[in-house]
Amino acid sequence: MSKLRLIGDGLVKNNPTFVLLLGMCPTLATTTSAINGMSMGLATLFVLVLSNMAISALAPVVPDKVHIPVYIVVIATFVTLLQLLMQAFTPAMYETLGLFIPLIVVNCIVLGRAEAFANKHGVLESACDGLGVGLGFTCSLTVLGLVREILGSGSAFGWNFIGGGDGMLAFVMAPGAFLCLGYLMVLFNKLFKKN
Amino acid sequence: MAVNSNLTNMVLVLGLTCLFCSAVLGGAYVLTKDPIEKAAAEKQNRAIAQVLPHFSDLEYNADGHYYKATDGDAVVGYAIESSTVGFGGALSLMVGITPDGVVYNSSVLSHSETPGLGAKCTTDGRFMDQWRGFNPSVKKLSVTKDGGDVDAITASTITSRAYTQAVANALDTFNAICHE
Repeated sequence: MSKLRLIGDGLVKNNPTFVLLLGMCPTLATTTSAINGMSMGLATLFVLVLSNMAISALAPVVPDKVHIPVYIVVIATFVTLLQLLMQAFTPAMYETLGLFIPLIVVNCIVLGRAEAFANKHGVLESACDGLGVGLGFTCSLTVLGLVREILGSGSAFGWNFIGGGDGMLAFVMAPGAFLCLGYLMVLFNKLFKKN
Repeated sequence: MAVNSNLTNMVLVLGLTCLFCSAVLGGAYVLTKDPIEKAAAEKQNRAIAQVLPHFSDLEYNADGHYYKATDGDAVVGYAIESSTVGFGGALSLMVGITPDGVVYNSSVLSHSETPGLGAKCTTDGRFMDQWRGFNPSVKKLSVTKDGGDVDAITASTITSRAYTQAVANALDTFNAICHE
């Protein structure tokens, strides 16, 4: 399988948000604005690529009965690493996403890719898969965040275009998250799911 | 291709993985400890500078969670940390009070209010500016809905109430300091 194809699959065919429907908790919770969505996506991308690589390297020596605990330890290590780094170097972003960073450990996407892909493939292929799925997650979250931000706050990437006042606040809150996600999913499947 | 499990290799692999991961995290913790503390201190200092007039020295009182700011010999004010429960969780403020008991300014240290509603307590100019020079002996410290003189953020009365309460707590702390 070509590496490029793997990345492309993660973006479209295996898109974690719109096709696999994995990792819904951070998806709905952090996409109150495009920037927040994108940051969460990139944080997950970071963990996904590294954990995929580490797990594909470890897989041949890990006994079957303890493979889940080993994977979780590896993933948790990368997440904690990310948490410490964000806290140190991007404190403002850490404050916004703080609560959801530790939750990447139990994000189904990460463990899902480890189980479904990384433990059967090589390091480089797993890295590409992680990159693809991570980018897919980032793009979906950015788009979802952008739509919610435009409708809910009347701004895009923090740039306000309605000149003061409020947007449709429901879209910033939980109900809007579900609505936007649903419609975006319909649109995504209409565009890409041909067969 | 899965490796058969027996006690030896399970203990060995899991143990070594944990050992290695803890070592990595230990190292990362040591490396990031200073930058994290520096970032937190910087944030604190920015908040203090924002809520107090010009000062030259700062003295922290750990018991009362406040900073006493002096310029030469004169006390220019107190920066008091105060937190209450808002709509989404803890709302914590830094409130600057000058020695005459007037609020100089206030700033949000951390909050978990609803984006687009309560979270406006950090961006809504009209709401934030009314705390500048708020004199509790002239104005009543509660939101207009409760018969006071604080204009609440539109559609965020609970957050505004919590904010007001936090300022009131800070003023209580200030009064306690003055009576010492």
